[in-house]
Amino acid sequence: MLSEVEWQAIAISLKVAGSAVGWIMLPGVAIAWLLARHEFRGKTLLDSLLHLPLVLPPVVVGYLLLISLGRQGWLGQWLDSLFGITLPFTWQGAAIAGGVMAFPLLVQAVRLSLEAVDPKLEAAASTLGAGRWRVFFTVTLPLTVPGLLTGTVLAFARALSEFGATITFASNIPGQTRTLPLALYTLIQSPGKEAAAARLCVISIVIAMLSLVISQWLSRHARRRLRERDG
Amino acid sequence: MLDVDKRLGDFTLKASMTLPANGVSALFGVSGSGKTSLLRLIAGLDDPDAGVIRIGTQTLVDSRRGICVPAHRRHLGVVFQEARLFPHYRVRGNLSYGMRPAARARFDSIVELLGIEALLDRFPGTLSGGEARRVAIGRALLTEPRLLLMDEPLTGLDGARKQELMDYIVRLARDIDIPIVYVSHDPDELAAIADYLVLMEHGRVIDHGRLDQLLMRFELTEYLGGFDAVSVVTATIVAHDDDYALTQLSLADGQRLILPIVNEPVGTPLRLRIPARDVALALSPPEHISYRNKLDAVIERVGTLDRRRSAVEVSLRIGSQVLRARLTRKSHDEMGLKEGMPVVALLRSVAFDTRR
Repeated sequence: MLSEVEWQAIAISLKVAGSAVGWIMLPGVAIAWLLARHEFRGKTLLDSLLHLPLVLPPVVVGYLLLISLGRQGWLGQWLDSLFGITLPFTWQGAAIAGGVMAFPLLVQAVRLSLEAVDPKLEAAASTLGAGRWRVFFTVTLPLTVPGLLTGTVLAFARALSEFGATITFASNIPGQTRTLPLALYTLIQSPGKEAAAARLCVISIVIAMLSLVISQWLSRHARRRLRERDG
Repeated sequence: MLDVDKRLGDFTLKASMTLPANGVSALFGVSGSGKTSLLRLIAGLDDPDAGVIRIGTQTLVDSRRGICVPAHRRHLGVVFQEARLFPHYRVRGNLSYGMRPAARARFDSIVELLGIEALLDRFPGTLSGGEARRVAIGRALLTEPRLLLMDEPLTGLDGARKQELMDYIVRLARDIDIPIVYVSHDPDELAAIADYLVLMEHGRVIDHGRLDQLLMRFELTEYLGGFDAVSVVTATIVAHDDDYALTQLSLADGQRLILPIVNEPVGTPLRLRIPARDVALALSPPEHISYRNKLDAVIERVGTLDRRRSAVEVSLRIGSQVLRARLTRKSHDEMGLKEGMPVVALLRSVAFDTRR
């Protein structure tokens, strides 16, 4: 039903978006917790910096990644010489780009639901003998699950649709970094490929719909469970 | 043992006292008097600016030596005003959250004591206010605390539920061997539960001592607010009269009292609460009177209340116990009451709790 090229684009897209969400999960939750539960100097600055990818043109983000993580970039040089890791023009690079773009969405969703967790419950847990980590993993985090789910799906969708930062930082290499949006773009650029472009367009819509449906189902399920518990 | 200072904005809390190592010690005061703040300091939920907190020989806080044990290592049980159950755990999960392995054997007996067997598989969101608080008490008890702190656990419950939970707490204080620090602003509650009383106002401790002794102090009447009119006396059940549905009690000096039937076996000690305004005095035993409860007493002290020029407070000695009576100054003058005079005390009402 689908051509090999189409399968390839889908596989790369899912791999890139999945890895993007994977790597931002831990720092995302940590920073959301920091913002939700702590007051510190430079909080507003950090908050603004986090939201930058939402308002900057994605190409600018991609360019910034290229000059910092590129082979000549200060971080890129270091990564290359120490670990032999090269990010630009690889699918890992695309995952970094997608993750950076999706990061604020994840942080925002997790932060909101962390703020909704009653600190009194955490205080109660500590009087029951639970140390800081146990309180976090047995009380705070479980109560954040609905927000975590929403944030994850949002971030996944964002990484999946990422175009500007990806093409700038990871380029458009067939079989490597050519995700669905990039493949579609390539087809639109070549004359006589309208039918193939239309097919990719439909595939994109189907994937987007699927993730929306899954996210709705998950959040409804999570909310229903909480409601059941609230009688 | 407690000696702490704490500044919270423009409110300062200063407390220095030693509480008894068993029984129920109550922190009493109007809201804003600092009793909950003091409880939070003991629990380790706030740190004092300076001071010392010790339980027995263990130091929890000593600002001079730089000691401040974090809340989760203090082994204190805290029952908050709201139950604060974890919504994502069932009742069973909540109960075992902080359970010490050594307490596993006591799980069933504590569950039974609190009457929460039927709730174990439910989620907290489905519990009523009273049920949730009983679970919260069980959850705290199963951590095998050295001290149980209770912050107004009856607030917000309606009359019947409140009485029900109060009965559970009274039974618990009787059956378990853990000292309790109980915060409340409700005199009725404390008269039923407390053994020891700490009076607080504006972040200061005004006085502290055994409940029955503090209640006899006229000069504290104003601070005691709603307490102003209760005496606490202990008595033992000696007989039941099923025909008339009455129970006969004996005071420590052998004098008898009659109450509507009490469903407790003979020999059970009761704690009686007698409002001062429900005690009338007579110079000789009156005849043809419907009052069943007449006690021989000796006037120990006569005092006046600053706020009420019309009233006089009299403390009466009945054997080793003391009873307070309130009468009008006019009656006092007409009867010529003096300290050391024998009188008959007539009791119009007596409330009781099964409390040793």
